[in-house]
Amino acid sequence: MHALVIAPTPTWYLLLSALLFVIGMVGVMVRRNPLIMFMCIELMLNAVNLSFVTLGRRLDDIHGQSIVFFVMVVAAAEVVVGLGIIVSIMRRRSGVNADDLSELKG
Amino acid sequence: MELFVFVCASIMILAGALGVVLRSNPVHAALSLVLTLFGVAVLFVAQHAEFLAAVQVIVYAGAIVVLFLFVIMLLGVDRAEDLSTEPLAAQRWIAGVLGAAMLGLLGVAILTGVDAVYPRGEGIASVVAGDNPDANIDQLAHIIFSDYVVAFEVTSVLLLIAVVGTVLLARKRKEVK
Repeated sequence: MHALVIAPTPTWYLLLSALLFVIGMVGVMVRRNPLIMFMCIELMLNAVNLSFVTLGRRLDDIHGQSIVFFVMVVAAAEVVVGLGIIVSIMRRRSGVNADDLSELKG
Repeated sequence: MELFVFVCASIMILAGALGVVLRSNPVHAALSLVLTLFGVAVLFVAQHAEFLAAVQVIVYAGAIVVLFLFVIMLLGVDRAEDLSTEPLAAQRWIAGVLGAAMLGLLGVAILTGVDAVYPRGEGIASVVAGDNPDANIDQLAHIIFSDYVVAFEVTSVLLLIAVVGTVLLARKRKEVK
């Protein structure tokens, strides 16, 4: 009975996180809305978090999970600052296209 | 059982991720992001990282996505954008090729490298093995407040700087004379 049950190995989790990372990466390269690009960065961060937890479990080591905790804190700070920048840019101009933001002067 | 959980969570994660990339409406993309984040939280629980799963749901799905939705609606960009045309002709092809190359690289690295990883840590206290239901939180708290206590304090400074900086960035600027 139990021999028939296939348990997902760490390899499966890592391949899933690789796929998630690649989707986020392609999203950053393809989309032009800065908000969507931020969401794709979140996808990549989550893929890395998933692989950290998986490898921490595989290594039987709690340090993987503690690194994920810090990644989450830094990601929250990054989103807050990034959205603040986007809001202050959008106040000045109406475009929501990353191509419109190619110059840094206010 | 873990296989069933893994397959369901994988479908959630990949459907949400594709939704983020392919949906033309930013609000729909943000809601797809919630689906992905919940899927990752499910996989955290499946791997006995209960505290991180809770933080994932509260911080990511609760706070960050709400922040995204606030900004989308505050800026009034919650209309669908036209994805059918591409200003730079080769961009999508190059992105696809680079994505496939990255996936191949990561796949080869994972398939060849995962056997080189072997258990060597002090062990993760799991809820299943022990009778203490808070084993994961206890262990994580011990490691964060002993080995990583300096980093933990630095993150609090980082969050403070982020808050102050964002208030400074996003406030309405008074015209100087």
